[in-house]
Amino acid sequence: MSAIVEIVNLGKYYRRGEQIVPVLNDINLSIREGEFIGLMGPSGSGKSTLLNLIAGIDRPDSGSLRVGGIDIAGLSESELADWRAEHVGFIFQFYNLMPVLTALENVELPLLLTDLTRRQRREHAELVLDLVGLHDRSGHFPHQLSGGQQQRVAIARALVTDPTLIVADEPTGDLDRKSAEEVLELLERLNQEIGKTIIMVTHDQRAAAKAHQIRHLDKGVLSEDQPFLPDV
Amino acid sequence: MFFIKLILRNLLRQKLRTGLTILGIMVAVIAFCLLTTVVNSWYAGVDAAVAKRLVTRNAISLAFSMPLSYLNRIRQVDGVQAVTYANWFGGIYINEKNFFPQFAVDAESYFDITTYYRLSAEQKKAFLLDRQGAVAGRKLAEQYGWKIGDVIPLRGTIYPGNWSFVLRGIYHGAEKSTDESTFFFHWQNLNETLKKRNDSRIDQIGVFVMDINHAERAAEISHHIDATFKNSLAETLTETEKAFQLSFVAMVEAIVVAIQVVSFVVIVIIMAVMANTMAMNVREREREYATMRALGFGGGYIGALILGESVILSLSAGVLGVWATLPLVDLIGEKLVSFFPIFLLSQATVLKAFAAALVVGVVAAVFPLASVLRHRVGDGLRSMG
Ligand SMILES: Nc1ncnc2c1ncn2[C@@H]1O[C@H](COP(=O)(O)OP(=O)(O)O)[C@@H](O)[C@H]1O
Ligand SMILES: [Mg+2]
Repeated sequence: MSAIVEIVNLGKYYRRGEQIVPVLNDINLSIREGEFIGLMGPSGSGKSTLLNLIAGIDRPDSGSLRVGGIDIAGLSESELADWRAEHVGFIFQFYNLMPVLTALENVELPLLLTDLTRRQRREHAELVLDLVGLHDRSGHFPHQLSGGQQQRVAIARALVTDPTLIVADEPTGDLDRKSAEEVLELLERLNQEIGKTIIMVTHDQRAAAKAHQIRHLDKGVLSEDQPFLPDV
Repeated sequence: MFFIKLILRNLLRQKLRTGLTILGIMVAVIAFCLLTTVVNSWYAGVDAAVAKRLVTRNAISLAFSMPLSYLNRIRQVDGVQAVTYANWFGGIYINEKNFFPQFAVDAESYFDITTYYRLSAEQKKAFLLDRQGAVAGRKLAEQYGWKIGDVIPLRGTIYPGNWSFVLRGIYHGAEKSTDESTFFFHWQNLNETLKKRNDSRIDQIGVFVMDINHAERAAEISHHIDATFKNSLAETLTETEKAFQLSFVAMVEAIVVAIQVVSFVVIVIIMAVMANTMAMNVREREREYATMRALGFGGGYIGALILGESVILSLSAGVLGVWATLPLVDLIGEKLVSFFPIFLLSQATVLKAFAAALVVGVVAAVFPLASVLRHRVGDGLRSMG
């Protein structure tokens, strides 16, 4: 299988006043299509930064970064936005749902950037909400849902555009054990049943256990871990 | 539409804040409309001025008069079609607070020229037949509860003594913006009384008002009239009715400027209020906008959301403000008719208020929007994360 993410000698630093603070050093990483990869590491090690680079919401300072064969660092700001809409599904630690939109409307939101009709958007959103087991909650607003349910709505939102890649930044970080379990099972199913490529940042050993492969990031350096589960 | 729904729901999130902002803008719009209407009211005479009409007065000032004998000489000037005349009376009705303009006019000709004062044929006849008769505007009669046949006493100031008149007619304005609060009586009555009293001011005229055949000839005819009385005891100044009316407004010009400055300040204040509301709204939703941008919504979408919210807020407040102004204008027009004989909310004022609301909405959105777009998406997602 071909690599969907190819990262070569990637570097990223932040400027804090006069000072230049390196965050990622010489990262090399290749992720194949259909893979479920876990990124672990202590707080501040650069996990979110790396994930944001892969997802095209930040730009590298050195090295090359190709996703789906495209050098995304070379895209303009608006090309990058279009690219994200088409290729990336986002899952955040704090769900980041729109509080004024219902569950169904939150799932429908990314479809506004497609040329689907209103009706098609509704149908797609309902279908995906069904898939995450929340179709009876479609009219609920986020504050009327539990954390686990909100995260499942967020997963539906990430999925509804059928993206190439799903990035999840500590998706269980704010959930109790049971909800976390449900969310992880859902991600595992998406990976196994629909073949979605998933990159997940996590602190949680149990979460990491769902991944095929774990990579550790420490002080901006990526370790050369072996796959968690060998390919069959 | 999805986006409109999103904007409206965002607006309703902080109901108190939105409500207070709307209230603030409403009050500002009301203030703006009323102040502008006050200024317009002073200009009402200017706006109503007829292009083909000239006014001749004593060149020294309005306080000086001209001999009645000028009447025939003005009539003979080429281009003059009709002439009438009037004297400012300046009497007091019961007490000083009851101010309204009073003129002694030549009854025969005055209402023929001033066609914007509508007087029924019957009442006009009654007025002409009664030397003691008088005609009052509709608003004036309503204000003091005068009816036809009532005796109206005035205490003279320029022409001392007690005067009394019998109301023979009530005129209506031809248009909504026509003055309806002036009082007219016979110049002949004034003159004869002065004769009996051996007053030196007999056969004296305050202003001559004339219609000319072509508006374009106003300058030439004015010049001709003034030349006729050059080097006489009472030199004249003839100008168009518009210029004549403007000279009155000029006396309150400083006040007009002050009011316009205040109107402008009101708009600036409300801009600050709106900008503060929008800045708070947007700051609280930093992470939501960052999320939308991460999902692929570009600056245009985010801009439409923020600008849409701001403009809907300010424009709806503007509409409510104008709506609340309407009864206030009527009330003021009614209660303060002697200060503002013409107090009407003009279309131009309403449009100006809406334009101001629109500008306020746009300006209030610009800075928060720029700050959202300046921030990197990653940082926005991290906020509170
Ligand atoms: N916008 C920024 N400006 C400066 N420093 C930043 C910025 N974003 C992240 N950092 C720094 O980069 C490092 C890595 O951050 P992050 O990728 O969020 O780590 P993790 O997700 O592993 O906790 C941290 O030291 C953080 O303070
Ligand atoms: Mg992080």
